[in-house]
Amino acid sequence: MSNIVLEKDIAHSHEQGHEDAGSMRVFGFWIYLMTDCILFATLFAGYAVLRDSVAGGPSTVDIFELPYVLAETALLLLSSITYGYAMLAMNRNDKAHVLRWLAVTFMLGCGFIAMEINEFHHLIAEGYGPDRSGFLTAFFTLVGTHGAHVLSGLVWMAILMAQVSSRGLTNTNTTRLSCLSLFWHFLDVVWICVFTVVYLLGVV
Amino acid sequence: MKRIIGYGLTYLATSVLLAGCNLIVFNPKGQVAKDERDLIILATGLMLLVVIPVIVMMFLFAWRYRATNKKARYSPRWASSHKIEAVVWGVPFLIICVLGWVTWETTHALDPYRPLDSDVPPVNVQVVATDWKWLFIYPDLGIASVNELAVPVNTPVNFTITSDAAMTSFFIPALGGQIYAMAGMQTKLHLIANEAGQYRGIAANYNGRGFSDMHFSTLALNGADYDAWLNKVRNTPQQLDQNSYAELAKPTVAHPITYYSKVQERLFLDIVDKYEGMNKAPRPKGSQVQRNSDDKRVDQQPSLLAEER
Amino acid sequence: MFGKLSWDAVPLHEPIVMYTLAIVGLMGFALVGTVTWKRKWGYLWREWFTSVDHKKIGCMYIIVALVMLLRGFSDAIMMRTQQAMASSGGPGYLPPEHYDQIFTAHGVIMIFFMAMPFVVGLMNIVVPLQIGARDVAYPFLNALSFWLFVVGAALVNISLGVGEFARTGWVAYPPLSELGYSPGVGVDYYIWSLQISGIGTLLTGVNFFVTILKMRTEGMTLFKMPVFTWNALCTSVLILAAFPILTATLLMLTLDRYLGMHFFTNEAGGNPMMYVNLIWAWGHPEVYILILPAFGIFSEIAATFSSKRLFGYVSLVWATIAITILSFIVWLHHFFTMGAGANVNAFFGIMTMIIAVPTGVKIFTWLFTMYRGRVRFETPMLWTLGFIVTFSIGGMTGVLLAVPGADFLLHNSLFLIAHFHNVIIGGAVFGYMAGLTYWFPKAFGFRLNDRLGRIAFWCWLTGFYFAFMPSYVLGFMGMTRRLNHFDNPAWQPWLLLELVGVGIILCGVSAQALQLYVSIRNRAKYRDLTGDPWDGRTLEWATASPPPFYNFAEQPKVNDLDAYWGMKERGVSTLSHTDYRAIHMPRNTSAGLVISIFALICSFALVWHIWWLAIFGLVASVVAMVVRSYDEDIDYFVPAQEVARIEKARLKDLAEA
Repeated sequence: MSNIVLEKDIAHSHEQGHEDAGSMRVFGFWIYLMTDCILFATLFAGYAVLRDSVAGGPSTVDIFELPYVLAETALLLLSSITYGYAMLAMNRNDKAHVLRWLAVTFMLGCGFIAMEINEFHHLIAEGYGPDRSGFLTAFFTLVGTHGAHVLSGLVWMAILMAQVSSRGLTNTNTTRLSCLSLFWHFLDVVWICVFTVVYLLGVV
Repeated sequence: MKRIIGYGLTYLATSVLLAGCNLIVFNPKGQVAKDERDLIILATGLMLLVVIPVIVMMFLFAWRYRATNKKARYSPRWASSHKIEAVVWGVPFLIICVLGWVTWETTHALDPYRPLDSDVPPVNVQVVATDWKWLFIYPDLGIASVNELAVPVNTPVNFTITSDAAMTSFFIPALGGQIYAMAGMQTKLHLIANEAGQYRGIAANYNGRGFSDMHFSTLALNGADYDAWLNKVRNTPQQLDQNSYAELAKPTVAHPITYYSKVQERLFLDIVDKYEGMNKAPRPKGSQVQRNSDDKRVDQQPSLLAEER
Repeated sequence: MFGKLSWDAVPLHEPIVMYTLAIVGLMGFALVGTVTWKRKWGYLWREWFTSVDHKKIGCMYIIVALVMLLRGFSDAIMMRTQQAMASSGGPGYLPPEHYDQIFTAHGVIMIFFMAMPFVVGLMNIVVPLQIGARDVAYPFLNALSFWLFVVGAALVNISLGVGEFARTGWVAYPPLSELGYSPGVGVDYYIWSLQISGIGTLLTGVNFFVTILKMRTEGMTLFKMPVFTWNALCTSVLILAAFPILTATLLMLTLDRYLGMHFFTNEAGGNPMMYVNLIWAWGHPEVYILILPAFGIFSEIAATFSSKRLFGYVSLVWATIAITILSFIVWLHHFFTMGAGANVNAFFGIMTMIIAVPTGVKIFTWLFTMYRGRVRFETPMLWTLGFIVTFSIGGMTGVLLAVPGADFLLHNSLFLIAHFHNVIIGGAVFGYMAGLTYWFPKAFGFRLNDRLGRIAFWCWLTGFYFAFMPSYVLGFMGMTRRLNHFDNPAWQPWLLLELVGVGIILCGVSAQALQLYVSIRNRAKYRDLTGDPWDGRTLEWATASPPPFYNFAEQPKVNDLDAYWGMKERGVSTLSHTDYRAIHMPRNTSAGLVISIFALICSFALVWHIWWLAIFGLVASVVAMVVRSYDEDIDYFVPAQEVARIEKARLKDLAEA
């Protein structure tokens, strides 16, 4: 997506320096995402170390329900596709469709978060909260941090929808949509890792 | 005023001269400490091979090419020379190669986990660091002491170390290197005293309010003296069991030297297991990890995280 | 209502703290009074607090760094006095609970709130100028980074008067830093001040990485970049790769303390040693974040004051890149004594030694830069020469500590303290001081008083040797770090000698304070109209001092490594244009400051468990960000006539010079 912004900006750039700000923002956001990647890598490392420290509590096999998590995963993956449609609409400069697809993405994201909160609630209600053992601590933190990212992505999306609907697909807004797009797909990638490392390897 | 300064200078000079005797690192009292000292001297010597020329060259170049010295050659565009660059990469590289080899060899030779070679059977001591005192348990003798460690001269000592509080480091500078004491884990250290005497042992990692007073004396004793010390301990009334240990483990600063004539079986492992017993999962495939029914797993090397594999 | 906060939190019973607070309060009152009396609030607000100009932000960073240097140095004086007094069994004048806070605060302040802002401040002032850019890539983000850093510094200082600071040492190893062993708010202050300022640093890393990669002027390829910029680039990479680890690690500690989790607890399967690994996986790159820019400064200075090209530029750049990469695979040398196997220890020991090779290469390149040069012993060059000797010694002791067998005897002893002060003061701080003297005329248009600068240098140098060489000896005598009191008269003379050293450094610091005062008062006398007081070689000297807010009327074209030197040689002027064009610039904004104030409220509330206030602060800072995102009027064009007017005034100055 970043290429598009880049071309658009170069097309009407008349002075080097600040005019290609759009592409530079997307590039900077990329860099930020790489740092987020390291943050998650650290949390994954923590999870790997503490995975077996169940302190007499439940271990991975006891608490994971794959079908449920699979449904969660499907929601998030689907939301990435719908965000992709929003970006396609953005490239066609089709504001109405951008908003429509963003709304769908938003709903799917909310569904994911709702399912995750439900899972957490369920575990805590059974007495398997994050303070139960090293394993649960690492599990809740890793999955929860991803969830917090999704949540902040949703807040961002809501604000951006308001901005697009009031101001249209301005340069600023398309840059922001591109950044959020990167963010959203990035969270998908992280979730794939979570799903594999935490859930799949957990029940195998 | 002059007299005060004069007095001060004399005081300083004498203390600096006397310092030679106080340099524990250079006056080792055991084989391990001696090997480690030799390593320090060797490594420093190797590095001085490049550090001294650097310092000399700096003064030389700075003086020779000072701006006021118009006689010196001035080549403002001269900025690279393959010969010089080969030397400045090559020489440090060679020195590091030698030092790296020395490091590889000595790290294995001086591995704290490696039992010392000796004909004399070793003494086993279990060390517990609590807030803020050191407990020494002699598992083979069934006795214990607080803040005083006695070892026979010329006999290897096998320490097994844990902590019942924050992490700290077990260190007797005169006898050789240190190792961390960590709750729920056991670390090992092998030392030997080759000279009778009293040496200071310390907590070498800050662990809270009582840290500064968390030291102990190490008595390296000759045969008869050591037996006398053992008898002294055996004749004290106090005994160490779960209850008296719980009392002892409460935070105290500058705890007095205390002896226990009898120690409850497996007390040390219970202290370790208090944390670690909760640590490990029942393995999913039914292969229950062996608990502390024997002391064997202590001999394993810990992983990167100093946690037993 | 107010969580854990009550009047008991103010340490009224601690006379030392109360006197300090009274003096700080008086000074603050005097400052506020003066600004009000001179009616300068509007000026400060418009020109500084809301500024997004990289040069002004850089100056503000350095001002805060210098203030925090004074605070950290006061802590050092107190510690040295305590140890000199309490060596023969006496208790000294500081009880452990106070002393332990002081050494923690000293470390935290010197690393996070003195060295880091100094580095970032110098990068801010110099990098955009050196690459011929108008500003950094994200000027608003830059302001936000600065104010977030100020929040961290403010929290540390608030902890002096409200509550307490951590008593854990500057890396706050658990389980000591867990709730069970540190129930007070000290560790919480530690966590939040580092977390907030760490986020600021991370954003700075992103900003400078993009700035250097994307905003270089025409013709400046990567291998024509000035060495300081190269080091700033590598520093940014280190920040990008290391600071997320700190964020995550602090987050884990926070969750342990606030939600009863078990990352690093002794109990319930926590693993304290994971923290030790993680904190050093950040911590070792961090020391290179501090030293690499200093290396860059020395490189610039060595070339400028030898009036000669930098020797072995390509070697130097590759050495820097090598250090950047290697710094991530050596962290375990901070805890050989944890009991890892001999193979692991030997691997990390050897990796650490390998870093000595590129570092040694760097030192040789500075030496051979002087070779066949015309060395001018101006103050920045003195710092550089002092650095070469001091740093060589510090590097040597560092490699010694990297030998596990030697480390077993020297770990955690004063030998270690001597080593890292040797490289941090003798390396990093000397570099910052050199950089400050070197670039001060660029930032403000007048030089610093030379005589006082020299006095400061000699005091710092001799003071350093007196203050830290005895520490090596004390390390050999088996003295461990962080001792509050001890019973060993043999240590005392050395500790007294160290106290003398601290006194000499105090003279140096006083000379610097006086130097600033004298130079600012007589600024007319020290005025530099040329913009190039040292006969510089890189682009920052091609513009006026202080540079106009847009830096360059027309961005210079580069076809040489020492771009400005080349221009001077060829007689190309960077100034004489006739057709000035409008320049696109970002507008000032208060958003960074406002967001940070809410972040301060939020973090303070979190320290004291005032949940409603924390939620308010968080929501308010998010709202402030959203409001900012609605602001479309964030940039403007400086009309060509305005540019022409400023440049004409500059040409007139130059003619007078």
